[in-house]
Amino acid sequence: MFDTALTLADLGFLAQGALMTLAVTAVSVIAGTLLGVIFGVLRNQLGTYWSLPITFLLDIFRSVPLLIQLVLGNAAQSILKLGWAPFTTSCVVLSLYTAAYCTEIVRGGISAVPTTTRRAARSLGMTWWQDMRYIVAPLATRVSLPAWIGLTLGVMKDSALVLWLGLIELLRASQILVTRLQEPLFILLICGAIYFIISFPIARLGGYLERRWSND
Amino acid sequence: MIEIENVRKSFGQLEVLKGINLTVQKGEVLTIIGGSGSGKSTLLTCINGLETIDAGRIVVDGTDVHAKATDLNKLRRKLGIVFQQFNAFPHLTVLENVMLAPVKVLGQSKAEAEAMAVKQLTHVGLGDKLKVYPSRMSGGQQQRMAIARALAMSPAYMLFDEVTSALDPQLVGEVLDTLRMLASEGMTMICVTHEMKFAREVSDRVAFFHKGVMAEIAPPEELFGAPKNPELQTFLAATH
Ligand SMILES: Nc1ncnc2c1ncn2[C@@H]1O[C@H](COP(=O)(O)OP(=O)(O)O)[C@@H](O)[C@H]1O
Ligand SMILES: [Mg+2]
Repeated sequence: MFDTALTLADLGFLAQGALMTLAVTAVSVIAGTLLGVIFGVLRNQLGTYWSLPITFLLDIFRSVPLLIQLVLGNAAQSILKLGWAPFTTSCVVLSLYTAAYCTEIVRGGISAVPTTTRRAARSLGMTWWQDMRYIVAPLATRVSLPAWIGLTLGVMKDSALVLWLGLIELLRASQILVTRLQEPLFILLICGAIYFIISFPIARLGGYLERRWSND
Repeated sequence: MIEIENVRKSFGQLEVLKGINLTVQKGEVLTIIGGSGSGKSTLLTCINGLETIDAGRIVVDGTDVHAKATDLNKLRRKLGIVFQQFNAFPHLTVLENVMLAPVKVLGQSKAEAEAMAVKQLTHVGLGDKLKVYPSRMSGGQQQRMAIARALAMSPAYMLFDEVTSALDPQLVGEVLDTLRMLASEGMTMICVTHEMKFAREVSDRVAFFHKGVMAEIAPPEELFGAPKNPELQTFLAATH
């Protein structure tokens, strides 16, 4: 049906790009979420006033375009002679970017747990940690999940920007093939389909968990 | 024994407790009545150390609640408290709600905690709701679950803060019956309530709070029959 110069090897090249996208996304989302949970809990514990420094720092990461952060981050690591590979730099910058958004999501989730429910837990002799672990964490997770799924999908798409540091992820791989084969529509269609195939399970997982938890 | 000695408490400029003196003996049922904002809830949360106090002392079985060295988490095991809001843990079934603290706080085995939870839930008439999530229950059932949850810790004292105030009128009775049952079993209780008939029936003593002061305390016949304090007279006239 299609008359295309695209070979199996080219598809393999795209798949490698997809793996790079997945790797950068996975590292950034995992590290960013861990940091986001820590900062989110901190912000909640410290209150608005004492957490101002954290809030200010994270606001920077949320308001400066990611591309600028990547380029500046790369320049910084080179000036500081850290000797980071583009992959490391990309993951560090994207992790902080993810953490900035995740902090807000976590903070919102925690504050959605009624104070009275937490008082009831503490009244039963639970420690702060037990209250966090057995009451706040499960309830806040339910509240935060849709936003967190949205963030993860967003980070996956935004991770395309790491091509500016020379990483060949899915979008860059597609560009290279487009330049070589001059079949932009077909190749971008495949590229889009691959993004969709990666995203779909994550989005479905979110829907599944929401449905499962809605029985409570 | 709960000894409350000259307790003062302020929120900012507002002095909410203005020197409360009160001793509750083992086995006693004390009810606290009084207008909204008179400091009743604040006193209960001071007793179990959820709130700090500014002056005075509260001593529970010889332990000074607000002393630095006091392990509040340990002390709270002997002070069950049930609030006006239902406060179910919505992600846990009724059985899990009641089992959580005995397992995590007291270190009981699952089997031990489950046996206790089933016993307490049956006691408050929820023996057939073990696997149900709280959101599927009425307010009255949720309040009885909260009572069972507190009882599962085998507390020496139970504090109730207007546990029927958020309920539809037709559900008040079932919760009050549960409280009556506990009282008749000899549980030491402090009940903040607006249910005057209930207060009259179950109490050994009734305390009337007005603007942060315990304006009158007496056995129910006396307090309701011959109130001395003028504010109490006004209050009782308004609630009848
Ligand atoms: N955490 C708080 N911060 C500030 N003010 C409070 C707080 N809790 C209670 N108050 C105030 O203290 C007063 C007494 O409240 P409360 O003890 O709840 O009264 P009651 O239970 O008798 O209705 C009220 O004026 C209330 O607004
Ligand atoms: Mg109150």
